[in-house]
Amino acid sequence: MNKSGLIEALSKKENLTEKKAIDLVNLIFKGFTDTLKNGGRIEIRGFGSFVVRDYEAYTGRNPKTGKNITVSPKRLPFFKVGKELKAKVNGK
Amino acid sequence: MTKIDIIQDVYEKLGFSKKDAARIVESVFEIMKDSLARGEKIKISGFGNFSVKEKKSRRGRNPQTGSEIEISARKVLTFKSSQVLRKALNS
Repeated sequence: MNKSGLIEALSKKENLTEKKAIDLVNLIFKGFTDTLKNGGRIEIRGFGSFVVRDYEAYTGRNPKTGKNITVSPKRLPFFKVGKELKAKVNGK
Repeated sequence: MTKIDIIQDVYEKLGFSKKDAARIVESVFEIMKDSLARGEKIKISGFGNFSVKEKKSRRGRNPQTGSEIEISARKVLTFKSSQVLRKALNS
């Protein structure tokens, strides 16, 4: 399922115009992106949570050439699946 | 950010009543959960992909007692963030 599939399913389920469903789905993921950008945490009960982790710069190695390279500091988003959804994907 | 904040946002920006906003936001996550429960992959362009991976059973150890135990086969949900999101976080 991609974003348009989600939009279509939502418009059917909630009897929304396509425009409203698009706005809604976009608003949710824009809110997620903005929150993570500000270093905030997202917690959706029953679904899961998103956090941003900060990484310091470190010296790594290009696994192909074996050369040392400096990896600059970075921030990465992580998702932790919620209890309910974890059970659900296991058919429980 | 929690569901309450999303509902507030939907109420303020899209002109739904609070009651409708709450129900519809809930629906979005229900649709995603049902899709993942069927083993489907969800791709949200610009944000990331959620996919279900099958893990085989393996032998593990109880780190507290050191005794060997069988870890059963299971499905796990993974999230791979999109390059667009990772760029946004580092700009």
